[in-house]
Amino acid sequence: MPDADMLLSILASGVRLSAPVLCACLAGLWSERAGIVDIGLEGKLLAAAFAGAAAASLTGSAYAGLFAALGASLALALLQGYAAIQRGGDQIVCGMAVNMIAAGATALAGAAIFGEGGRTPGLEGAARFTPVFAGQDGLAFAALACVGVTSFILFQTRWGLRLRAAGENPQALAAAGISVSRTRYGAVAVCGLLCGLGGADLALSQAAGFLPGMSAGKGFIALAALIFARWQPGAALASCLAFGLLDAAAIRMQGAALPGLGPVPVQAIQALPYILTIILLAGFIGRSAAPAAAGVPYKKE
Amino acid sequence: MVPALEFIGVTKRFGGVAACNGVSFQAAQGSIHGIIGENGAGKSTLMSILCGARRADAGHIRLDGRAVNFASPRGAIARGIGMVHQHFMLIEAMSVLDNIMLGAEGGPLLAKGRAAARARLAALERDHGPAVDPDAIIADLPVGLRQRVEILKALIRGARILVLDEPTAVLTPNETAELFKLMRRLRDGGACILFITHKLGEALDVCGRVTVMRRGGIVGEFDTAQTSAARLAEAMIGRPVEAAANDRIRAPGAVILRARDVRVSDPSGAARVKGVSLDLREGEILGIAGVSGNGQSELLEALAGMRPIAAGTLAINGAAIDARARNPRAMRALGVMHVPEDRLKHGLVADFPASGSAMLGFHREARYGGALLDRAAIEADCAAKMARWDIRPPAPNLATRGFSGGNQQKLILAREIERDPLILLVGQPTRGVDIGAVEAAHARLLALRAAGKAILLISNELDEILALSDRILVMCGGRITGERSPGGTSARELGLLMAGAADTAA
Repeated sequence: MPDADMLLSILASGVRLSAPVLCACLAGLWSERAGIVDIGLEGKLLAAAFAGAAAASLTGSAYAGLFAALGASLALALLQGYAAIQRGGDQIVCGMAVNMIAAGATALAGAAIFGEGGRTPGLEGAARFTPVFAGQDGLAFAALACVGVTSFILFQTRWGLRLRAAGENPQALAAAGISVSRTRYGAVAVCGLLCGLGGADLALSQAAGFLPGMSAGKGFIALAALIFARWQPGAALASCLAFGLLDAAAIRMQGAALPGLGPVPVQAIQALPYILTIILLAGFIGRSAAPAAAGVPYKKE
Repeated sequence: MVPALEFIGVTKRFGGVAACNGVSFQAAQGSIHGIIGENGAGKSTLMSILCGARRADAGHIRLDGRAVNFASPRGAIARGIGMVHQHFMLIEAMSVLDNIMLGAEGGPLLAKGRAAARARLAALERDHGPAVDPDAIIADLPVGLRQRVEILKALIRGARILVLDEPTAVLTPNETAELFKLMRRLRDGGACILFITHKLGEALDVCGRVTVMRRGGIVGEFDTAQTSAARLAEAMIGRPVEAAANDRIRAPGAVILRARDVRVSDPSGAARVKGVSLDLREGEILGIAGVSGNGQSELLEALAGMRPIAAGTLAINGAAIDARARNPRAMRALGVMHVPEDRLKHGLVADFPASGSAMLGFHREARYGGALLDRAAIEADCAAKMARWDIRPPAPNLATRGFSGGNQQKLILAREIERDPLILLVGQPTRGVDIGAVEAAHARLLALRAAGKAILLISNELDEILALSDRILVMCGGRITGERSPGGTSARELGLLMAGAADTAA
């Protein structure tokens, strides 16, 4: 039977594992609340992880890594925004393009710079973020703080009101004399920064360096979490924590034997969060209240 | 006195076509000025220039004698132009208060602005009568209240010139009366109101002066006290209007469709039609009047096979129709054709070429090629319909959405009526279409009746019901609250029945 210590450690690692998903989920929330569907979260996480690890490895500073991660993700987000907002491109295609650019460019740049098959050298000491409290490092606390900040900005400020209006009925926003594209660019920029935070957490905190493909679907899980959370920041925290805990439990249960069934295959345990994603999506997506104009390019009359 | 608003030679071209061509007129403070014209006459373009959404190619606008040229809606709002669009610019998921504040939040944090907006709403409520609950969510409000929110939104920004674009198109008669009351009150308070409409009776009722537009230009300006609906209509379409002559002399024929105690529920299980019985006879138009949302739509869709009937019986020519076997295809096979209320939702596919929309519902027929569609035959069929029904432009390959509302409606009427219906179910045949198309639709329906067909007509336009029907049923709350003959009733009496007043006359 699991004892209290084991539960505590699952809890701590669950929180730790959920941090990048939470960042990506909030990033998606900002973007989609403003009307830009973002399936490029995964690519931005990955690009940020690479930029962060590369910069930290070259400078030896975790903070330099963090800024590089934020910058790389922001640049991709603005590129995606240009295609989706300025050019009125299909948002799914724009997001997919970001994912493909990130997957290819990180592996290529990694191989070219470090010559280790796309990895960055392992990070040590000041090149990594280390736990400051309760087994969590500063990035995890920053991610948690972003939940409250997001909620406050979206629902208590002028910027948030306009941003939500851009996602619900951009024509109404334009008729009120506000620029829809400027509002959407702002949201997309915040989305980029949040993905940058998540990517930095992956490479500089969860792992000690970059591995090709290390985002491993977290950007897509974040999208699923966003849907269960019905685009609400508080609920996004809850659903991301649930994913993190499931992930942590899965790691612990590897090799464990279930009564009557014998040892559970590792693969089955690892697949659990993804299976849950599908079940929850199938059950919830119909009743979700997505921003009404999400995914619709806005064209001036 | 300097006019509050003056258009001087305003011209706007799209490509080579002038949507507005040298438009000049003035409107005074403390007046309601009507602008009438058919779809495409240039009214909306003119208003989009006034509210800063578009810029004029030539000419200018003066407010209180000073020339203005708005680069964006923001500039127009700042100068006191309030625009109430026909399609409301409201965010359905948000509260009334947030909608009113959007774009005029009063600071980066909402808390202070919310308090101020609440106070201003309360003040407006004192001056202009009942306001709306500031915390209500727009999606929960009826259309009339949503429109009030739009007007409040303009007033709270200090609008002195209020533009109402086809405001009554979506309102019930009672809501329209309320709106007119509010408009008169605002006028008496010194506002200048531009009332854009194509309903001539309303323009005569509420406006002092009326400017008539046709093909981008102004064709006349009238004092409502000294003109008539007929003269306005003539100016609007450029020729005398021929109201379809309706001779109701023929005796009604045999009962074609018999409905007894029909009950219909919506998908959530709420009863929408609560026991309706009616007989539809050959050679008659049976009109059903009612405020929208009182079960007429559900009744029509149930009869067309689009909705299940929860209880009750239907018979055509005396033969009962098995409730489980009813679906639109089976009803069509029985000769029940249907012109749905919402043409873009149920009548056409906006992205299909016109030829595709013109065969929907009949696409299995051999003449369209059967399993492998015969494109040439489909296009030829559509081109023939376009010629017979004067559908413009006569282009079977043009996307359905490229046609005006009137021409879309003609496409549906052609499709359904040319199939030689035994029974024609018609919902809102002239909603949002211009006068020419109204004339054509009415003439075709009367001709169909003269050919001995049975027509069930549902319309929110009482004038239409009165003009076409041989008998009128009034629905309220899912029940029939009265039956009248068009000669022996008035719009006022029907309005009372529609509002649920008990039917006292036997």
